[in-house]
Amino acid sequence: MVDEKRLFGIAALFDTPDEILHAAKKVSEAGYKNYDVNTPYPIHGIDKAMKLKSSKLGYVTLFFGFFGASSILFFMWWTLSINYPLVIGGKPYFPLPAFVPITFEFTVLNAVISTFIAMIAIVFNLPFNSHPLHDTNYMKNVTSDKYGLVIESEDPNFDEYRVSELLKSLGGNSIELIQNPERKAIKVLEPKFIIFLIIVAGITAMSTWWTLNKFMYLPPWNFMSNQNKGSAQAESSFFYDKHEMREPVNGTVARGFIPYAFEGVVDTNEFYSNPLLPTKSVLALGQKKFLTFCSPCHGNYGEGVSRLHGFFPAGPTLHSARVIGFSDGKIYNIITNGQNGIMPSYAYQITRDERWAIINYIRVLQRAQNPKPTDFSAISEINKESGNASN
Amino acid sequence: MALDYSLEPLLVEGNPPLKELDEVIIRPIDTKPTRKYQIVLAFFVSLLVIGAVCTGLTFYYGIGLWGNNQPVAWAFAITNFVFWIGIGHAGTLISAILYLLRQQWRNGIARFAEAMTIFAVMCAGIFPVIHTGRPWLAGYLIPYPNQHIMWPNFVSPLVWDVFAVSTYFTVSLIFWYVGLIPDFATLRDRAKSKVKKTIYSVFSLGWRNSSRQWMHYEKVYMILAGLATPLVLSVHTVVSWDFAAAILPGWHSTIFPPYFVAGAIFSGFAMVSTVLIFIRKIFDMEHIITIDHLEKMNKIILLTGSMVGYAYIIEWFMAWYSGSPFELFTTLDRAFGPYAWGYWIMISCNVFFPQLFWFKKIRRSVPITLAIVILVNVGMWFERFIIIVSSLSRDYLPSSWHYYRPTIVDLGILLGSFGLFFTLVLLFARTLPVVSIAEIKSIVKGAQPTHHEDE
Repeated sequence: MVDEKRLFGIAALFDTPDEILHAAKKVSEAGYKNYDVNTPYPIHGIDKAMKLKSSKLGYVTLFFGFFGASSILFFMWWTLSINYPLVIGGKPYFPLPAFVPITFEFTVLNAVISTFIAMIAIVFNLPFNSHPLHDTNYMKNVTSDKYGLVIESEDPNFDEYRVSELLKSLGGNSIELIQNPERKAIKVLEPKFIIFLIIVAGITAMSTWWTLNKFMYLPPWNFMSNQNKGSAQAESSFFYDKHEMREPVNGTVARGFIPYAFEGVVDTNEFYSNPLLPTKSVLALGQKKFLTFCSPCHGNYGEGVSRLHGFFPAGPTLHSARVIGFSDGKIYNIITNGQNGIMPSYAYQITRDERWAIINYIRVLQRAQNPKPTDFSAISEINKESGNASN
Repeated sequence: MALDYSLEPLLVEGNPPLKELDEVIIRPIDTKPTRKYQIVLAFFVSLLVIGAVCTGLTFYYGIGLWGNNQPVAWAFAITNFVFWIGIGHAGTLISAILYLLRQQWRNGIARFAEAMTIFAVMCAGIFPVIHTGRPWLAGYLIPYPNQHIMWPNFVSPLVWDVFAVSTYFTVSLIFWYVGLIPDFATLRDRAKSKVKKTIYSVFSLGWRNSSRQWMHYEKVYMILAGLATPLVLSVHTVVSWDFAAAILPGWHSTIFPPYFVAGAIFSGFAMVSTVLIFIRKIFDMEHIITIDHLEKMNKIILLTGSMVGYAYIIEWFMAWYSGSPFELFTTLDRAFGPYAWGYWIMISCNVFFPQLFWFKKIRRSVPITLAIVILVNVGMWFERFIIIVSSLSRDYLPSSWHYYRPTIVDLGILLGSFGLFFTLVLLFARTLPVVSIAEIKSIVKGAQPTHHEDE
């Protein structure tokens, strides 16, 4: 009945933890390597008796903990600082303290999942429901109330007679010969199974398509997109003027168009003063607006010679002593209200800030035409610093 | 083994043989349910159905069906969320922290408490999702590459919450499952019917109770406990930041994290006690879940209840000491304003009644314990309600002050969450071993070697 080739090992059951500890010690001392002790719960000191080395799984936890921490930190830095930089609550792009909670949570998550998988799949090689010990009388007892020891036939010292004598002498009872199960080839490519797979794939694909293309457009998911609302250019059945688009309330002030106190007053004695400093960005804005709105008549450098020369009354030069003598406020007044019936008002084309920026830019043009002696030394200073002394 | 466990009282009364422990623990799984069980299950399933109907109505018509409105936008949903998350904390405390502290009495109740953690977190997880009104868009909370180049705001406490709660759920589930694997092996080897045997075999993964496996297993169990311990403290801390990071008076406070964690353990132990008192009675497990267990849990309830009481006192002190008129107003308003009824329910249930546990007679009396732990559950629900609703209903703008009233749908969803929780608990009690078989066997007297050989 017992097939020698299929013998997995010889198992014995013991009644008390003391006996199993003693037996494990003796079996280990007898030089057996391929043996195992199966107990309903962990027995203190069995690792010493079996001379087992302590578990290395802690290193898996450590490594994947660090890996989790650094990868999530890197990910948050990349999303919030590189991929889509966003200032949130006045915090910097890489607010480390605010990243701590998620880093911690992800570290724990990563460490736990990897330790679990490492233990189950790699160290224990589970799931393994076809192990020869399963469904034996031996296994039924060691998962309940007995302590068992099995010596496997793969052990170099294995000898059927000697092993069973040893186990008997140690006080083991119910000596059991355990056989390897017959190997059954599993046919993965059976037609039934393939048809089953195809049906599952079809149902999954169709229900996904239906969910994404039909289901999500049924009520209540479409309530948001089917609200009662008007489009800007559509006809209204509600408002008396049949416009969906409403006009702003009287006295509404748009951003950047705060009313000018001297609107329409061409010659006034009171002026605002320039609120903007001639910084790089202000001058760049001024240059852009000057070239757009002023240069057609006054010329690209304000010299009064322009590309419209001969087609339109030429604008005066901005380098005359008279214009140089104008205050910023007066130029602002001219841009806002127009002058001499020829220059129109630019109040609706150029915003307040842009007008002040243009004025700063005009001052730069004027200074370039009439430099002060100190400007030359300043220029040579700059050139020296940038190592461009030849100019 | 230098430790002497003989000074401890017996962890399992009567010292039953191991086989009998198997029988007692597995009996509820093998026998047909009684009429009583069916009635109780039917009751909680009907609550669950009420909750499902109310949630369905909410999905269809939107959260206009709830009492929420400006300025009280959080109300019931977030109250329930914080309440249920708190309930979960006791499970992890019992299974992880008491494990690290070598408190062997935990073995009798750990499995049940862990299961309650998982069910409570499931109940909690529903609320933040449904309170957004369009829960089918919750996928945007997960950072995934999309065509909008849109990422979650990783510096927001609400996103921390998503990570904390989902991590907590996953880790609790793994921890629970790792504990269940040896028990599935025991169930597998006892199963008579083929269907049951197949199911148990699949879940046992072919576990063989081998000492070579136990050695790694114990190590991993320790590692998981070590990781779960800071995790459980972090979860309610993060939940409390949802409030503490806002500038609302009554929320903007540094005491919130420890105060919330203590409150969570307090309410969680109360819930574990409530359920265990019934379970040990119904399933004849009074010698496994002993009166000593209940007394020890009552002591923890007394400790954490006092910590919560201390936090209430500190809130009053800080209201005055901070010199902020808004803080002072909110604190006074809670005690004497329109929600004073809720405040005094909270104070009496959380601070006054648990103090009765100073008396040993009361600690060891099952009916009085049951009454007090139910009151603690009520009180802790009201604590979250008061924190959220009273602060929101009277904020900086008196013109928008508003008295929040829940609607019937609000109440239905709250009942539904209790229905879900207890339905899951009842199903669990009949399908899986409510006490860890392997762990309880290891602490029976005589279960460990005497080590005469070593001496």
